[in-house]
Amino acid sequence: MAAVLALTAVGLSLTFGVMRVVNVAHGEFFMLGAVLAWVVAQAVPSAPLGFVAALILCPLVVGAVAALADTAILKRLNYDPEATIVATIGISYILQQGALSFFGPDARAVEAPFSLRLQFPWFGYSGYKLFVVVAAGLVLLAVWLFMTRSRAGLVMRATQVDRNTARAFGINVDRVYAGTFALGAALAAVAAVLIVPIQQAHYLMGHDPLLLSFIVVIIGGLGSIRGTLIAALLIGLSDGIISMFFTPTLAKIVATLAVALVLVFRPQGLFGARA
Amino acid sequence: MTTDLAGLKTNRRRVLGGLAAGGALMLGAAPRFVQAQSSAPIKLGFQLHRTGIGAAYGRWYERTTQAALKLLNDQGGINGRPVEIVFEDDGTDPKRGAEVVEKLTTQAGCDLIFGPLFSHVVIGSAPRAGELKVPYLVCSEGYHVASGMLNRWTLQPGITDVRAQVSSMAPWVMQNLGKKVTMVFPDYAFGHDHRDFFTEAVKAQGGEVIAQIAIPPTETSFTRYLPQIPAETEVLYHVMVGPAVLTFVKELGEFYGSGARPQIFGFIDSLEAVDTAAPGLEFLEGTHFWEGHCRVKQADAPEWESTYRAAVGVDDNGASVSGARDVATYAHMFSCWETLFVIKKGMEASGYQSTADRQKFVEAIEAMTAFDAGLEHVQGAKTFNGKTHQVFGQQFISKVEGGKLMRVHATSIDDGMYPDAVDYTAQSF
Repeated sequence: MAAVLALTAVGLSLTFGVMRVVNVAHGEFFMLGAVLAWVVAQAVPSAPLGFVAALILCPLVVGAVAALADTAILKRLNYDPEATIVATIGISYILQQGALSFFGPDARAVEAPFSLRLQFPWFGYSGYKLFVVVAAGLVLLAVWLFMTRSRAGLVMRATQVDRNTARAFGINVDRVYAGTFALGAALAAVAAVLIVPIQQAHYLMGHDPLLLSFIVVIIGGLGSIRGTLIAALLIGLSDGIISMFFTPTLAKIVATLAVALVLVFRPQGLFGARA
Repeated sequence: MTTDLAGLKTNRRRVLGGLAAGGALMLGAAPRFVQAQSSAPIKLGFQLHRTGIGAAYGRWYERTTQAALKLLNDQGGINGRPVEIVFEDDGTDPKRGAEVVEKLTTQAGCDLIFGPLFSHVVIGSAPRAGELKVPYLVCSEGYHVASGMLNRWTLQPGITDVRAQVSSMAPWVMQNLGKKVTMVFPDYAFGHDHRDFFTEAVKAQGGEVIAQIAIPPTETSFTRYLPQIPAETEVLYHVMVGPAVLTFVKELGEFYGSGARPQIFGFIDSLEAVDTAAPGLEFLEGTHFWEGHCRVKQADAPEWESTYRAAVGVDDNGASVSGARDVATYAHMFSCWETLFVIKKGMEASGYQSTADRQKFVEAIEAMTAFDAGLEHVQGAKTFNGKTHQVFGQQFISKVEGGKLMRVHATSIDDGMYPDAVDYTAQSF
């Protein structure tokens, strides 16, 4: 699922690029999105409506939670790199155990908005999965346009390049940070809402996307959206192809090896600029 | 008394006075304590998969055990003493499992421990039970008990192991479904038991396993594994566990859809706690499942079946009476119920009084040979092998008809018997 991986990873990359915060709680924001999608889908009677409502509401709620976490916790730590890592680990535990307490330990399914099934001569494929790819692509395009064309994107990029100069030009850096953190988490939530009809909402589901996102972001170069996208495609596809023809363990070995090699030979990542 | 002492400034007279008073109190308390030895509750520890990948099982194992406990106490408890059960969550994690065994034994002071299901947790926890010399009665289906891998303190008197299950059903699968089999199984001890013994049993029947697809038990999406199923497969044998089982069967449905598909024979594990009539599972119509205990109440169900279902709160379709979406892990959870009544028999046979009698309790269970079907053994009659610590019962094969699992075949106990691999009774305690 390279497309969904790309969405999650872009969120993580954005957070690091602009804020220099390694967000270990990113996987839990993903999980939170999925769990909330289930809650919303339960509240709305019809499946397609529930899905659309979840797609709109969940990123907003998760984004709000993230913005709150940013202003309440990360800001107080002055975005000190080591302290924020520890703090986000703490946030991840709070979110995970919170989901366990309020949502329960069971995996719960959300119905897909439509159940079109494509029949090829030798096997079938879910139409919804293709929709996920398209939707993820559209969201990514929107993020890219937002970053390159809009005023808010300009402000974010300015903050990324030089925080102090940006502040000197009258940019409210605190607000930019809260917004970026929220946007990153909201992207993870969008990815989760898209994936939840395929998988199921479960309180432990944040681990895998977090690990893969980190792999993708390191390979692609921290803070580079283009690099993140290409790395996500690379890792997502190689993971699928290698697990299909060999074993899933080998796929994980290859991905981890790729990270090690990139770190040794090109520490800034494939498309990252030198810090 | 002690708080008083601690609060006072200590001098010799006061300490002596305190000691005298304490001594008097102990003398006064002594008769009551002696009496307590025969009427204090027996305390059993339950190692529960309340969270983690086994949570669906844990939820029902707890309900089943509570129901069995109520019945047991209504019948007068064990040896005239009431019974209480301490539930402790192990997060379906082997490391935590060993800690839970220790906690239940040393802190909670339980007489014995029972209940864990997932084989990796059992394998991780049983050595600690052996070290602590506490009886450890597992409900895990794994062949690890009868294989001799564990120890004298670990017993499995409530559920048949995978080796016996699959070898008793292989002949039926070969004769009725096909000879070329592809297996899909989770990549850990439980799945490996399936792989090894079903492959062996298929070979003995003149069939062939043409592909074995191992999937990590934490996997969340299965689409990429399914194209590995060879096109010439006649029977697809699937067994899956964990929170993603519904995804697995749904994706299997997407893969085959309405097109041509092989015969499908699955372990109900792939569908435990999942409604067989859920959207996306229509393709399961006409496929077959192993069941340890039929989820849908069959027309010829014995008379105690209704009592059992009412006690554990399950309706005739295998869902909770409090909500049709809360489907039971019906094919497995009887094992907790039956294990509790085996504990009762073992404690009564050994005249169990206190933790000093733990060894006598294990020896009493080893001496058992058979359990009769009835309210205490709701799944059916069983043969117990004291040397391998393993019980053997009937297995059922059901077919999905109209979205419901209807039994089409029942094996005999002898179908699943195999030569002993270990004699635990020859091992020291």
